[in-house]
Amino acid sequence: MFELNRLSEAELESGKYTKIWHGPQHPGITGNMSLELTLSGDDVVECKTHVGYLHRGFEKMMERRTFIQNFPIVCRIAVPEPTFNEYMYAAAVEELAGIEVPDRAQWLRCLNLEMMRLASFLMWLGGASGSFGMNTVYQWTVTHRDYMLDLFEEMTGARIYHMYITPGGVRAPLPEGFTERAMSVMNGIEKLLFEIERVVLNNHIFKLRSQGLGVIDPAMIDPYGIVGPNARAAGLARDVRKDSPYLVYDQLDFEIITGDKSDAYNRTVQRYHEMHQCISLIRQMLEQMPTEGSFHADLPNVLHWKIPAGQTYVKSECTRGEYGYFLVTDGSEYLRRVTIRGPSYTHAIAVMEKLVVGVNIADVAGLMVSLHTYPPEIER
Amino acid sequence: MGHAGLQLVSDMYMQELCERLIQRFDCDQVVHQKADLSLLRVDKDKLESTLFYLKTHEGFVHLSFVTVIDYIEDDIFRLSYMLHNYDSKSDLAVQAEISRTASTMHSIHHLWAQAWTYQRELKEMYGIDFPGSPRVNDEFCLEGWDGPPPMLRDFDTAKFCEERFVDREGRESQDIKQTMRENLYPERGES
Repeated sequence: MFELNRLSEAELESGKYTKIWHGPQHPGITGNMSLELTLSGDDVVECKTHVGYLHRGFEKMMERRTFIQNFPIVCRIAVPEPTFNEYMYAAAVEELAGIEVPDRAQWLRCLNLEMMRLASFLMWLGGASGSFGMNTVYQWTVTHRDYMLDLFEEMTGARIYHMYITPGGVRAPLPEGFTERAMSVMNGIEKLLFEIERVVLNNHIFKLRSQGLGVIDPAMIDPYGIVGPNARAAGLARDVRKDSPYLVYDQLDFEIITGDKSDAYNRTVQRYHEMHQCISLIRQMLEQMPTEGSFHADLPNVLHWKIPAGQTYVKSECTRGEYGYFLVTDGSEYLRRVTIRGPSYTHAIAVMEKLVVGVNIADVAGLMVSLHTYPPEIER
Repeated sequence: MGHAGLQLVSDMYMQELCERLIQRFDCDQVVHQKADLSLLRVDKDKLESTLFYLKTHEGFVHLSFVTVIDYIEDDIFRLSYMLHNYDSKSDLAVQAEISRTASTMHSIHHLWAQAWTYQRELKEMYGIDFPGSPRVNDEFCLEGWDGPPPMLRDFDTAKFCEERFVDREGRESQDIKQTMRENLYPERGES
């Protein structure tokens, strides 16, 4: 089951190998982490991952702050996807405190999450293309991500850290004319995706380099805890939105998308299809969104909250798979413990260390990006 | 089957599963938090066999995470292993308590290939040892750390910072709680 074959000191000192550091500052690294690579010629024979460059002690900080004080902290845990943290923290607090969230707030939350997913995918797609030398594509996707950020600014008042989903609901309803503007942005992104299909997915060089790179064997998936698009590309129909429906996903029309081989190319194709699915979900929600009703539950003075003692685990399907918050309360006005489960924890460490062996040094960045990892959620 | 139907099936399944675990492994402190999440406690020496049984016989093939809760007042760590069953769509937290002063736990890296990363982190952040776990003594997040494990409840973060860092000149520190009270509810005059 466990495979971690390391070279001995004698072998490392034999002069046959070169050791290089890939990161923490490297264009092919997703965020600040580094790979300590041992090379034989151009090929990787061993890899050790190093994290800690972004450790800000979120979990510890949250134990020393009141429930509402934690709210502006959680969105900073996964920079490109703050919304998922906001939702899960709010949902866990609501569950333990017995707070009922109005139906309209559930729709607004779900819309916010899917918009976040699309924005995150756009950023990822640019990075993935750039890692294989297609830097122009990055300009396109980041431009369209910026249009998404405009929508977030309209909806929440902020572009990156929205602090929109609060315990009890959301901070504001949709502004007037938002639906039309959002539909227009969706049309634009859909056009972009057709261009992406032609320029990236049908690109001969990209195919040559990414097909067969970093193949995740289906037998690896459970032992390594692989989730999300990385697992779905290997053919496993697993998605928290379908398996444990939350918010209004059970009222939306979508199916789990799967592939037949999880290599760097098919993981890109998988995410490409999921971006189309995301646009479809956003359109459905914009059409079905309730326009009346409360968007926030009535709550007592937030500075005097005391959540009854308990434990819960709340999870959602983020861009990279199962993302969860395990909250423990002891009846006081502080959290006893919070554990944040991000998919990058296993994808960037155990999975990466296994897949990178035998890979050419030029493809390490492409492999890393194809796993779609965010170091901040490893270090918390 | 609708969402409500699924919930009912999952609820019954989890209750029956917990009954089996109580009989087989003397589990206690069973909590059915929601239809698809239950938590229970098992003796630390039976933890490994419980997890093995759940993985091989009950379909809990996915290890979501391993974490620990520090109950300093009782001098115990409560380790929590969150498992998921993709067939029944349910989560189960298997928890075991160990002494806080002699904190050693059986490694489960042979059950899940990713478990060693969690164990390595817990060694660094809480000082819990997992003998036999690969690279368990390697640094995880903290490079060159020489203090006590920083996630312990009695680790004083303010004191640690005062000893190592210098206040930036011209920067005022405010009590967050007091400031929020004054800004959010000024009319109440709360302090």
